[in-house]
Amino acid sequence: MSVADTADTRRNWLRPSAWANVFRERPIIPLLVILVLLVILSELIRPGIVSPNWAAVMVRAAIPLAILAACQTMTMLTGGIDLSVAAIASMSGFVVATLVNGPGLWVGIAVALAAAAVAGLINGIGVGVFRVHPLIMTLGMSLVVLGLSNVWQLEMVQTGAGVPDLFRRLGASMIGGVVPLSLVVFVPVAAWVLVTLNRTGYGRLLYAIGDNPVASRLAGVKAWQVLIVLYVISAVLAGIAGFLYSGLTNVASVTLVDSALLPSVAAAVIGGTSILGGRGGYGGTIIGALILTVISSLLSSLGYPEAVRQILFGSMIVFVAAAYARVTNET
Amino acid sequence: MSAAVTTRPEAASGWATALGSALRRSGWTLSLLGILAVLLVITKTIQPTFGAAGIQGLAISVMPLALASVAQAVVVIARGIDLSVGSMMALTSVVSAALMEGRSEGFAVWVVIGTLVLGLALGAVNGALVVGTRVPDIVVTLAMLFVWAGCALLVMETPGGASAQWLRGLTSGPLVSTWVPKAAVVMLLIVAVVWIPIRRSRLGLSLYAIGSDPLAAFRSGVSVGRTKIFAYMLTGLFSAVAGLSLTATTGIATPVPGPYTLMSVAAVVLGGVALSGGKGGVFGPIVAVVILSLLRTMMTFLNVNTNLATVVQGAILVGVVMVGSLIQLRRSRR
Repeated sequence: MSVADTADTRRNWLRPSAWANVFRERPIIPLLVILVLLVILSELIRPGIVSPNWAAVMVRAAIPLAILAACQTMTMLTGGIDLSVAAIASMSGFVVATLVNGPGLWVGIAVALAAAAVAGLINGIGVGVFRVHPLIMTLGMSLVVLGLSNVWQLEMVQTGAGVPDLFRRLGASMIGGVVPLSLVVFVPVAAWVLVTLNRTGYGRLLYAIGDNPVASRLAGVKAWQVLIVLYVISAVLAGIAGFLYSGLTNVASVTLVDSALLPSVAAAVIGGTSILGGRGGYGGTIIGALILTVISSLLSSLGYPEAVRQILFGSMIVFVAAAYARVTNET
Repeated sequence: MSAAVTTRPEAASGWATALGSALRRSGWTLSLLGILAVLLVITKTIQPTFGAAGIQGLAISVMPLALASVAQAVVVIARGIDLSVGSMMALTSVVSAALMEGRSEGFAVWVVIGTLVLGLALGAVNGALVVGTRVPDIVVTLAMLFVWAGCALLVMETPGGASAQWLRGLTSGPLVSTWVPKAAVVMLLIVAVVWIPIRRSRLGLSLYAIGSDPLAAFRSGVSVGRTKIFAYMLTGLFSAVAGLSLTATTGIATPVPGPYTLMSVAAVVLGGVALSGGKGGVFGPIVAVVILSLLRTMMTFLNVNTNLATVVQGAILVGVVMVGSLIQLRRSRR
C-alpha cells in the first residue's frame, strides 16, 4: 500500500484505522472478541447454559471441523482449495468401520490413511504437474472417491460395519465431563500445522506460492513438489478428521462428512485466510470453527429452523469476508 | 496505421480465415457433438431397443442440469463462478410450485413470469455483493449458497407444491416426430432466444472482454462492475429457468438443492469454457451434460455398477481437463 494511502487513512479515520490495523495484523484478536460475545449472548438468551460441560461439548463438536478446515487453510494459502476432503474423510471413517471386524483396527486405519494419501497424491499431481484448477481437480477427485466408496460399500455389505470403540471413545467421550478426549488427537495435529505454517521453510513456501507464484518460481521454488506434498497432507488430515467424525456421530457412512465441506471452507474464510492465497493462518481458522459451532448450537437451542441457521451463516461469511477485504485493501 | 497495409493481403483469403477461425472457435463444441454421435451409435448397438423413448427420457432427465450449466457458463465466461446456482434453482422451484398449487392455469403464467424476475433479482444480489464487497466470487457465492438454500427451506419445509398442466406439457412428449423430444426443443429455444441476441450485442462483447482481461476491458471503456452484475443476473435468470424445469419435469418442488452446482461447474469445463474466463459458449456445456448423462445410461445398459459410473464421470472430468491443460502447456512452450 502506498504512503499517501496510509497518510490519508491516518488523517481521516484515526480510530477505525487503528482497528483496521489490529484486524489486519492480528485477525485472531477481533475473532476472539466475537467468540466471547457469542458466548455471552448464549448466556443472556439461555441463562445457565454456559458451563464447563457446555464448553466441552462445543469444543468436541468443533474439533473435527477445525481439522477439516486445516486442509482448507493450507490449500487456500497457495491459492487453491480442497473440495475432496469431505469425500476422503467419509471414506476413511467408513473403510475402518468395514475392516475392524475382519483384519483389525490398525490394518483398517493403515488402509484408510493409505487410500487417503493416494487420493491426495493424485490431487497434487493434477494441480502441481498438470496445472488443473484445484477446484476442478478436487471436485473430480471427490466424485471418484465417493463412487469407489460406494462400490466398496456394496462389496462389504455382508460383513457389516461398526464404528470401532477406539474412535467412539476418541471422538465422543469426555474426561470428567469437561475435557473432550478428541483433544488427544487435535492438539498434536494443530500444533504440527501451526509450527509447519509459521516456523518451517515448507510453510514459508506455501505462503510464497500463494502470494506471488511468478516471484516464487523465479526464486527457485519448485511449486509442483510443494503442491504434491500439500495435497497429500491435506488428504491425510481429512482422513484423521473422518475418524473423529465417525466416532463423534457413531455412524459410518460414505456421505457422513458431506455437510461439513462448506462449513470447513467457511471456517477458514472467517478465520482470515484469503482464498486468493498468501494471507491467513491456522490460529484464526480454529477460532472460526469454534464460532461456527457456537452459532449453530445457539440457534438450534433457540428452536430456530435449519433455514434461519443457513441464512445467518451465509450472511456472516459475506460480512466477515467483506470486512477483511476492506481492511487489507485487496482486490 | 499499419492495419490498412496488413489487411490487403489477408483480404484474398479472408473468407477462408473467417471460416477457419469460426471452426476453431467452435471446434470444441463440434468435437463434443462428434463424441455424442459416436456414443449414440454405441448405445444403439449395445441396446437395440434404445430408440425414440430413450431419447425422450434422456432429454427430460438432462434438462435441469443442462440449464444449470448454461447459467454457470455465462458467469464463468465473465471470469466469475457461481456456487449458488443449485440453491437458486431450489428457491425458484419451490416458490413457483408453492404459488401454482391449487391455482388456475392462467395464474401460472404470472407465476412463471414472477419466478423469472425473482431469478434476475437473486442474480443481481449475488452480482452486487461480488462487485460491492470486492470479495472473491467463489466466497460470496459460497455464502449465498447457504442463504438461498435457507430461503428455500423457509418457503417450504418438505417437498410439495404443484405444477400447472401447460408447464408440464411443455417438457413432456414429442414434437412433430417421435424422435424430437419437446423438452430439448423448448430448452434450446429458450437458451437461443435469450443468449444469441445478447451474444451479438455490445453487452455480450463486454462479457467476454471482462472475462479475458478486466483491465484491458476497463481501459477500453467497459464498465466492469456493471457488466459483472449483468452476468450474475443472467445466471440468476437461467437458474430460474432451470428451477422451473425442475418443477415442470417432476410436478413438485424440493427445498433441498440437488447436486447441480458442482456438476454444472464440471459440465462448463467439459463444455469448453475456460475457468479463467473469456472463452467458450453456452451450447458446449449443454452437449457435455448430454454426453455425461448418456454415458451413465450406457453403463446401465452394460450392467455396470452405477457407482462406478460416478467414478467414471469424475475421471472423465479430471482427464479432459488434464489433457486440455497439457495442450495449453505445449502451445505456450512453442
